[in-house]
Amino acid sequence: MIKKTFNKIYDTDIGFSFFNSKIAIISSSIFFIIFLCSFFAGIVAPYNPFDPASVSLMDAFTPPVWSEGGSASFFLGTDQQGRDMFSTMIYGSRISLIVGFASILFAMILGVFLGVTAGYIGGRYEIIVMRVTDIQLTIPTILMALLVDGIARAVISRSMHDEMAIYVLIFAIGISEWPQFARVTRASTLVEKNKEYVSASRIIGLSNIIIMFKHILPNILRPILVIATIGLALAIITESTLSFLGVGVPPTTPSLGTLIRFGNNFLFSGEWWITFFPAIFLVVLALSINLLGDWMRDALNPKLKKR
Amino acid sequence: MSLLEIKNLNISYKTRKETIVASSNVNFTLERGEILGIVGESGSGKSTIANAIINLIDPPGQITDGTIKIDNQELQNNEEIIQKIRGKKIGFVFQDPQTSLNPLFKIKDQLIETIQTHLSLSYEEALNKSINLLQEVGIENATKRIEDYPHQFSGGMRQRVVIALAISCEPDLIIADEPTTALDVSIQYQILELLKELTKKRNLGVIIITHDMGVIAETTNKVIVMRHGLIVEQGNTKDLLTQPKSTEARSLVISVPPTNKKIERFKLIGPDGSEITSSSANLTKNIIKTWGVRQNTNQKLLELKKITKIFDDQSFTYGKKIDDKAVKAVNNVSFQLFEGETLGLVGESGSGKSTIAKIITGLVRPSFGELEYNGLSLYNFKRKYQIDKSRGQIQMIFQDPYSSLNPRFKVKDIIAEPIKFFQKSITRNDLEKNVHDLIDIVGMTRKSLDRYPHEFSGGQRQRISIARALATRPRLLICDEPTSALDVSIQAQILNLLKDIQDELHLTMLFISHDLPVIRQMCNRIIVLKNGAICETNETEKLFNEPDHQYTKQLINLMPKIESLI
Amino acid sequence: MISYFFKRLLQSILVMFVVAFVSFSLFNFVGDPVNSMTGEDASDERRAEVREVLGLNDPVYIQFSRFVGNIIQGNFGISYQLKREVSDLIGERLPATLELVFVSAMLAIIIGTILGVYTGINRDSFISNVILVVSLAGVSLPTFIIGIMLIYLFSVILGVLPSFGRGEVTDLGFWTTGFLTLSGLKALILPSVTLSLFQMTYVIRLVRAEMMEILQTDYIKFARARGIKNNVINYKHALKNGLIPVITITGINIGTLIAFSIITETVFQWPGMGSLFINAVYFVDIPIMSAYMIMVAFIFVMINFIVDITYYFIDPRIRLKEESE
Repeated sequence: MIKKTFNKIYDTDIGFSFFNSKIAIISSSIFFIIFLCSFFAGIVAPYNPFDPASVSLMDAFTPPVWSEGGSASFFLGTDQQGRDMFSTMIYGSRISLIVGFASILFAMILGVFLGVTAGYIGGRYEIIVMRVTDIQLTIPTILMALLVDGIARAVISRSMHDEMAIYVLIFAIGISEWPQFARVTRASTLVEKNKEYVSASRIIGLSNIIIMFKHILPNILRPILVIATIGLALAIITESTLSFLGVGVPPTTPSLGTLIRFGNNFLFSGEWWITFFPAIFLVVLALSINLLGDWMRDALNPKLKKR
Repeated sequence: MSLLEIKNLNISYKTRKETIVASSNVNFTLERGEILGIVGESGSGKSTIANAIINLIDPPGQITDGTIKIDNQELQNNEEIIQKIRGKKIGFVFQDPQTSLNPLFKIKDQLIETIQTHLSLSYEEALNKSINLLQEVGIENATKRIEDYPHQFSGGMRQRVVIALAISCEPDLIIADEPTTALDVSIQYQILELLKELTKKRNLGVIIITHDMGVIAETTNKVIVMRHGLIVEQGNTKDLLTQPKSTEARSLVISVPPTNKKIERFKLIGPDGSEITSSSANLTKNIIKTWGVRQNTNQKLLELKKITKIFDDQSFTYGKKIDDKAVKAVNNVSFQLFEGETLGLVGESGSGKSTIAKIITGLVRPSFGELEYNGLSLYNFKRKYQIDKSRGQIQMIFQDPYSSLNPRFKVKDIIAEPIKFFQKSITRNDLEKNVHDLIDIVGMTRKSLDRYPHEFSGGQRQRISIARALATRPRLLICDEPTSALDVSIQAQILNLLKDIQDELHLTMLFISHDLPVIRQMCNRIIVLKNGAICETNETEKLFNEPDHQYTKQLINLMPKIESLI
Repeated sequence: MISYFFKRLLQSILVMFVVAFVSFSLFNFVGDPVNSMTGEDASDERRAEVREVLGLNDPVYIQFSRFVGNIIQGNFGISYQLKREVSDLIGERLPATLELVFVSAMLAIIIGTILGVYTGINRDSFISNVILVVSLAGVSLPTFIIGIMLIYLFSVILGVLPSFGRGEVTDLGFWTTGFLTLSGLKALILPSVTLSLFQMTYVIRLVRAEMMEILQTDYIKFARARGIKNNVINYKHALKNGLIPVITITGINIGTLIAFSIITETVFQWPGMGSLFINAVYFVDIPIMSAYMIMVAFIFVMINFIVDITYYFIDPRIRLKEESE
């Protein structure tokens, strides 16, 4: 039965394209592995670096195992507080992924809803939504996220802010990404709206909501999926940038960006691995998602003639 | 030595699963002064041959065997020679004038560039030549219009510009791929006349690719009939049309709706070569019982009173502006529709016929006027469509079979949805029975119900559309160009089906088309529209035999007639 | 034609008003300006005094018009944290950011377009694939990591380029420039490369996608059928059509660069508006935050306006559509 479903997927255009593209297979595998590792961090990571009991300052600044002074118990070395690098990276990637997924999900739901309704209903509603989208699109994600974050800091008191930081961050990144979804969704909706099956549905008398979400939405999922994948990479990068700048997740639950910030201070004094490994990890993660998104965009694009 | 000689041409495409043969063993010749038509249904390979001659087949297609010779020079697969010949010896005209011209360059620049690529003329000389070319193809005010951009020309004018570009470097051979398919009948006539004139004047060899038998009859000397990549018959046009020998040719000739008389049903040739005359009437006996018998009362079913629609958006139709810069898509149209009849709306693009259909079904609101169905007003004082007053009794089938079915729904869901909407508490069994009945009526198998639209051909999809339209037991069926996108033999099948359904289920039909012969066969009464207004209304035979309005006369005169030769 | 410009101008002013309003709200309703000026433990009298001086007792619309009036005159108030006039701070730091952004923009657009056109036309060549892989890396590498890597390579290991600051700058009165000194130019290299990389890859992909789509259109096919040479088709016909979206994104481009300069300035300790802003966010220094918002919005709006005008002259379809209205 597994073979049967496999054959069915392989038979579709996308399935065929996937299994024949080394890039797609490799990148999705890498992403999948990282995802699983961070999900099961408790099992995968040799230590829990945020449990103060397991951390000792005595172990601080241990280089990776293959360097002089390295130790087999800390495979990639330790940071300035004696935490195992490998473990901090695993836990860090978990935070990065959580913020990434959550913010994109938020952006997608908001953006798709507004995009579909704007495209279908039209009129003043559409004009307003599109104007807002246009204006927001000229504001880069980072700036938007910074602004929202800044306002949040001013509004919420300092102590509460640490607790709420992750939610604020998810909201900030999500708010800056929704216009992308809205724009693509609206454009696709406009195309579908002119198709005759929509006219046929209207003549039958189906309600607008049913037409929008039962008829049109399933047909416009492809570009949305591409944007979501690439947006995920962007969200992760944005979060790590904000954390690097010091305005992201609180230092008690560091993400990969925070780790890089910590390590940056020691780059010039020779303890390169504290920054280096989280940086590589982040890049690999983002790269694998981008590759996947890239392949998806080409595979799902009906306009590009296949050679 | 012939101008063009094709021997044993084989073209195939390698897809991921298999190798598809686009054409095989194609042989023909063309002399100067001859117009050759290549005709065949979609997918027959006619365009591929044309593209092969100038080596512009879309990848991954390629010529696998055979020779193409122009004045005895071999061309196939030789990109170097072809590059010099394209434009210089062979001119090409594509189907869609809208997309053939680069929107960012003036006509002047596009012409001069082409001329200077092949002929060594100075800018001044090239400019003069360009102006002369535009005049030759019939563009008035050439000196001024040459400074314009493509989108400032109408469709017919644009095609003339395209032809000017094609002949600009004095080629000997012109290939025109469906050159008039996207144009109105009157414009089509002019373009074809232009091509004939140029052929004579410049002693050209011309290949016209088309699916329209009328065009073949009126324009070509020789014709090739293709099917599935093979030439099934070729010869002198008159001979082939009067006495077609192959099944394919016979099918094409016989399915064309006659322009000079009315027949009961469209003729079809079955795969074994014999004529099909049976109807699908026996299929519908069961359904009539469940449908309920309707009397043909001849009462007034639908009435339009002074319907006018003004669109504010400029992009609606090209340039028809009246007084306050508003485009009147529909202009003060009034007519009545009686139960049991088939009323035809005929007109060219921009005539408003589709807009009227959309107003009747509530897809577009009229700016002024009243619409009554069964005596009830369908638009209230706020101009909102009162769909509950018609409750599924008005239904429509559309032109494009590829966009009229939701690709994500299975066929059975497409047909079931309207039934469930109107009978919310219907049981699963009843629903299934209903759906089965409907798929039977339109002549498709029950197995199709579990499939998706993309697995079906254009004609089959139209059948599914018809099944969906019938699901709500309509009294009025609007057919908006239902067969314009279909091949001529499929068109005959679908139109026969519509006739049968109308007979058996006592439907009233509003039939919209730009194709006069089809309208003649389908309708009892006809309304002729131009620029949104009614020119003439009459019973079909009276209209065709004694047309009153100037425009009607023009349309009837200009439509390509296959009978012109027979 | 004039009505086209006028409409766009009006829209721009409207956007600025909205931004000003949001900025104003930031000032007055978020956090407490009085507290920030006087400190937490000032007396009530002192507070009342400050309230009066700051004009916080007046009705909202008067406060707003005062706010707008101040903005137009260039008075953005006083920084909570640094206790200096915000306009002075901006004046000092704006040239640094603008020079950095300008150089990065040039790099991104010019190199990006060239590479994009090349990879669009030569879809399958080896060089194209290499460029594409590198560009993908560019999109996946966060700007700050690029910055750190470059610093590590060129400053720490090779020691040829400075890792922070602007180098020697020449004071021109209202502007300080780093273009005129060798150390100034050297200092510009790493930050501008860092800043431009992300945008460059974006431009490459966009131009490439455009070129590929255009090369499959009917009018290109028709040009080929007329025997127009491949070079002319690629570099004259396709390119002209393909450049239109590049102009659109140029506007967005520069905006993004200004935003990303925040990161670059932080990594390279470049004394520009970006690092000023980051500090303001961290210390909740509202006057600077709101001033930054307005300045940036102004630059965005201006650039978009210029892009709209350029668009008008390049695409004849827009010109004629507007003229016939």
